[in-house]
Order: sequence, then structure tokens, then C-alpha cells
Amino acid sequence: MASIVNIDEKIRNILLKHAGLGSEAQSISVDEDLHRAGMTSMSSVNVMLGLEGEFDIEFPDHMLNKKVFSSIGSIRAAILELTS
Amino acid sequence: MNDLYNSQTFYDGLVYHGLIVPTAVPGTFGRGEIFEDVVNRFNDLVNRLAADDGAEVYFFPPVIDRKIMEKVHYLETFPHLCGSVHSYFGTSAASAQELASCADEGGEWGQLLKQTEVVLSPAACYPVYPTLKGTLPSEGRLVTVLNWVFRHEPSQEPTRLQSFRMREFIRVGTAEQVVPWRDMWLQRGLTLLHDLQLPASSDVASDPFFGRGGKMRALSQKDQKLKFEILVPVISATEPTAVCSFNYHQDHFASAFDIFASDGSVAHSACMGFGMERIAMALFKTHGFDIAQWPYKVRQLLWP
Repeated sequence: MASIVNIDEKIRNILLKHAGLGSEAQSISVDEDLHRAGMTSMSSVNVMLGLEGEFDIEFPDHMLNKKVFSSIGSIRAAILELTS
Repeated sequence: MNDLYNSQTFYDGLVYHGLIVPTAVPGTFGRGEIFEDVVNRFNDLVNRLAADDGAEVYFFPPVIDRKIMEKVHYLETFPHLCGSVHSYFGTSAASAQELASCADEGGEWGQLLKQTEVVLSPAACYPVYPTLKGTLPSEGRLVTVLNWVFRHEPSQEPTRLQSFRMREFIRVGTAEQVVPWRDMWLQRGLTLLHDLQLPASSDVASDPFFGRGGKMRALSQKDQKLKFEILVPVISATEPTAVCSFNYHQDHFASAFDIFASDGSVAHSACMGFGMERIAMALFKTHGFDIAQWPYKVRQLLWP
């Protein structure tokens, strides 16, 4: 299984492409709120779709909410749950 | 099976009483004189109700600049509902002949057309936003329209039309102006429909966004209570039909069309709309196919 560092790196790359946060996606801390940092709900949908493609997963309905996509840490927890 | 709310029985009743006229394509039936009178009378009733609101009145054609559809990300959020206008741009007799022959042979002649600069308007409020560009007066603005809209969702259900009319009010200003306005209309809409003795109720709702991304958008929309609907049972007791909707867009449209509040901040917007054909159908379902038999108070409101 991929290391946490590796997972976070991939998440940051998806955020860089889709979150509309610019280079902040590389420096933002894992616990910082992405929505507060400026990620719109439109962007978060593209982040979700990007993550599904990158990790070859499908988020179940109960995970399709703002909370899951609110920080790198919460996204990582969801991915670990789906890939474990 | 509860025959009281059977979709086919209701459709057949509308046809039998001359209220609608079937056409070949689902969701495109014609409207009879009485059906149309009910639509117009309801529209007049809305006019009287909102007479003192000071809304600017506009009418737009059923086609809009395709750039509007692009700017609001419609193709990302509702690609399955969109309708685009394509025309023939050829100049030679031979290519025109090719088009006609293709059609004669039952071929895909649409492939020989090219996209024009217009699309079918998917929402009555869309053509309004570009006209509001700039800085609003301190009280914001209020606009009302009655426009035809198109949604590509062919269905045998009489309540699901491909082309229909929406009577809308669009409010732009600050969030503090827009949200209470939306709440006021939600209550006002409910009272209006109750006065027409319709079993109407309101609920939080979400739009039929496309695909997996759409699921997330819909959940977020519900979570933030951005959309409400007023529902009346027409073809199902358990799944009542939305006859009226209320949408708070936050700054989505204003940022796309450069609309600013008087303090210089990006404006907020909300719209509310009555689905005119659905209102008429809710009335026919609730009070019967013969308008002469409708309750006296309902008739008084519609035909004062």
C-alpha cells in the first residue's frame, strides 16, 4: 500500500490541478480547511473526480460531502478507508 | 397501485377534455384554449399579487446567446438537459441536395448542420443576468420574466415537458437583501397555492445535476439549503410534483456576469419561478377537468 507521504503528494497534485488554490495547494498544511482557503464547491467536485481517477476509487454517497473534502487529512482518511 | 394518481389516466383525461393535444414527440403536446386560459389567469393573479413589488418586466425569446450557457457552466452541470440550435450553412446546390436526401433516407442529417450562436434557453432567468452587468443601485434590482424554457428530458409523464413556460422573479443585491426576499416569496407562494386550494407543501430540494460530480453538487446544495420547492401531488401521492422553485445562487451568477452591489462587492442573486404548465395541471388534478366545477373561491381568484 502506498505510504501516507505518497498519498498526500498525490492529493496535492490533484488539488494543484483542480482546487483553484494555485501553488498554495503545495504548501497548505494537512489540517487546513480547503474551503476556507478558497476552494469553491464547483472546484471541490472536480477535485473529487480527479481523486477518483488518480486512486482508482469511487467515493460512496455518504462520503460525497463537504466534510470529506475539507482538508488533505480528511481526504487522506477517506482514501485510506476505501483502499484498505 | 393507487389509480387516484395514475399518470396515464391523468394524461388521457387531459386529452379527452381537450385541455391538451397529443403530438408525436413526448413532452411536446399542444395546449388547448382552456388550458391556456388557466395559465394566463394564473399569470395575471401573480401580477396582481406582486403589483407593488416594483419589478422590471421583460420578455425574452426561447433562444439565448450560447455564451450564457457556457459562462454558467451549464455543460458541466446539466449537459444531459441542454438543447443547441444548429443550422445549415452550405451554399452549393449539391450540398443542399445531400442534406435533403439524407433526411429523405431517414439518415442523421443533423451531422450536416453547424452550431449557431444561440441555444435553447434552459432557464427563464438566464437571459436576465447579462443585462444586469455593472453596479446595482443601493436597493438592488428586481426583474420578472415569463419565458419558454427547454430541457431535453422526453417522458411520457404529462408533468415532464421538454418545452414549457416559467414565470420568474429575479432578485439581485446584497445577501442581506436577497435571502429575506427568497424567504418572503416561499411563504407567499405557499399562501397563494393554498388560496387556490391546492394541497401544496414546501421542501428543501436539489437540481438534477449530471453524473457523479452532480451527486456531490446536489448534496452540497441541499446541505446549504440553496434550493426550495413547492410541491403538489399530481401524478403520484408519494412523489409530489414541483410546481414552484426558489434558488439562492450566492454570487455564482453575479461573478460570472460582473454584477456588483452598490458597496462594490460581488452581488448575490436568487430567483423564484412558477412552472406554468405544472400549476395548471395541479389545478386540473385537484379540482377536476371541468373548470365550471372548480370551487367558487378558486374561480373568483382566477377569473375575478
